Amino acid sequence: MIEIHNLTKNFGMKPVLRGVDLTVERGEFVALMGPNGAGKTTLLRIVASLTRPTLGRVRVNSFDLPAHADSVRRVLGVVSHHTLLYGDLTAEENLRFYGQLYSVENLSKRIEDVLNQVGLIKRRHDLVRSFSRGMAQRLSIGRAVLHSPDVMLFDEPHTGLDQEASAMLDKLLKSVAAQGRSVLMISHDLPRSLQLADRVTILSHGKIAYDSPTKNLSLADFAKTYNELAQ
Amino acid sequence: MHSSTPKPLKILNIISILMFIVSLGLVFFYAPREAVMGEAQRIFYYHVPSAWLSFVAFGVTLIAGIAYLRTNDHRWDRLGIASVEVGIVFAVMALLSGMLWARPIWNTWWTWDPRLTTYTILLLIYFAYLMLRQGIEDPDKRARFGSVYGIVGFISVPITYFSIYLWRTIHPAVFGRNESETKMSMEPQMLQTFIFCNIFFMVLFVTLLWHRFRLESNTARVEELRMRASNA
Amino acid sequence: MKSYLQAILAIARKDLAAEIRSRELVSAMLVFSLLVVLIFNFALDLDKSARENVAAGVLWVTFTFAGTLGLNRTFAAEKDRGSLDGLLLAPVDRTAIYFGKLISTLVFMLLVEAVVLPVFTVLYGISLFNISLFGVILLGTFGYGGVGTLLACMAAQTRTRDVMLPILLFPVTVPVMLGAVRASTGILANAEWGEILTWINILVVYDVIFVAVAVMVFDYLIEE
Repeated sequence: MIEIHNLTKNFGMKPVLRGVDLTVERGEFVALMGPNGAGKTTLLRIVASLTRPTLGRVRVNSFDLPAHADSVRRVLGVVSHHTLLYGDLTAEENLRFYGQLYSVENLSKRIEDVLNQVGLIKRRHDLVRSFSRGMAQRLSIGRAVLHSPDVMLFDEPHTGLDQEASAMLDKLLKSVAAQGRSVLMISHDLPRSLQLADRVTILSHGKIAYDSPTKNLSLADFAKTYNELAQ
Repeated sequence: MHSSTPKPLKILNIISILMFIVSLGLVFFYAPREAVMGEAQRIFYYHVPSAWLSFVAFGVTLIAGIAYLRTNDHRWDRLGIASVEVGIVFAVMALLSGMLWARPIWNTWWTWDPRLTTYTILLLIYFAYLMLRQGIEDPDKRARFGSVYGIVGFISVPITYFSIYLWRTIHPAVFGRNESETKMSMEPQMLQTFIFCNIFFMVLFVTLLWHRFRLESNTARVEELRMRASNA
Repeated sequence: MKSYLQAILAIARKDLAAEIRSRELVSAMLVFSLLVVLIFNFALDLDKSARENVAAGVLWVTFTFAGTLGLNRTFAAEKDRGSLDGLLLAPVDRTAIYFGKLISTLVFMLLVEAVVLPVFTVLYGISLFNISLFGVILLGTFGYGGVGTLLACMAAQTRTRDVMLPILLFPVTVPVMLGAVRASTGILANAEWGEILTWINILVVYDVIFVAVAVMVFDYLIEE
């Protein structure tokens, strides 16, 4: 689970996050939306332990950031725009590399399971350079779940994917979330967020401006609220 | 934070100017003509203090760097950059005065002796420090990187000096002469002048450092106000 | 501890594997080195005894310049691809990244040096096959790479990147250059061991001090 309390982040003198409060319960799938520049990626990077908060408290699975960053990293899986994969290595070599970084046990078996889960077992010995964007993104998810994390962070994972690849990704996201994980996903896609997430939130001007369960929330209503807040 | 010059600094300004005038009098009229090197020796009174104070400046940067990394307080970083700039000014003064001193005495502008060579490398490290900072936009990163390079640079200087010294001891330079070989006769009035000039330069160092530090602080404050205004 | 070592080796192995596939970096370093050796040959028109005096110097200048190519790439590529985040997300001490990168950079430099040495021997007519010389080359490369990896991490994050690294690196690695060249010259001229040993001592002291400093400050360079 993720607990964010009064999170503030300034870059030099420029405030980006101005006191964000957000909780993602165990097994919950929360979509984080908002206009460009609202601070969504910054928020994600702080939870991912890549950037330090200026003020406020962030806790992942009851580990405080930045003090217990290593403990947090062990239970965290992150998928962003960058696939974090090495084009000159094969799919299997990429997974093996990350498996070693995370000290994953029974690595060879785990790699095989993951490749099957993301549907890339047939391409295991192919260089990632030869993958399409959709395949690379799927492998990236494989990389992120390799060490069986409890918490997953997604930064607009559907970027650059066609319909078919997006649909495949949705299936994958659902199965990943179904395994009892806490998921926080940044997205610009209103209908998709309503479909995948348990809750939607809107970040505007550095604060959480809207937070609602998706059950019984119609697309029309949500779109209206979004357009109002995203000014 | 004061927006006008604090009283102690105003006093230092006056003291610096007064001491400068007095030093001119001492150096050119009070101190006698040196037996071996003649009139050119008078540069020594300005050359030596600016040289060792530029080292002190570098040391201040080292301490400021370590302190910044420990505390994340930007005031230490401002002290660090102020000290580097003042240090560069003093170092260039020392080098130029050294060259003016060497020319009439040894008939050469430059020797590759250990102190001078290490000094030049020191200056290059200073310049690299400034260039490093200029290439970084994020103020936190700039302060962190500056601190690290200040530490690495400072630590390298003694080792560099020692290795060049060793080299020149085993293989003396074919041209130019070692500074320390030249003797200088020291009379009491010369010693007094020398001590006075050292104190003058120390006062000057603190004054300049303080001014530069305040400049940096005020610049930061203006930035902060501008940010606040544009975010309001 | 085991996961720390595993991470270091994983990073080093990853860099080496990627390089074996693309072969871009080492070939660039190699060609560059040979060009430098060639340019020196034209720039310094030397007779045999003069050549013997400057051989070690020319060799080390070649290594330093080629070294900056390797050092530049080690962090710049990660930063460009955004894969530095992948390394930072791993639950392992940041210094593992330093050591992993250091090892891969050293391997690349040593590989290039291994090819340049015989070429140099042929072109300059001076035999460079000497165990002690290899030792000095190892020590010198280690010191240069140790500081270089630290500074390359900084340089990769500045605007002027490739140009920044030599500016930061050269003034600070003077003891390595001096020590390596003096020791190499001594070995090639069959000089007295006492003198050569002094220079080797300087190299060792430098290597130890600076790798220790690098380990202490590396965190500050890579965390945001």
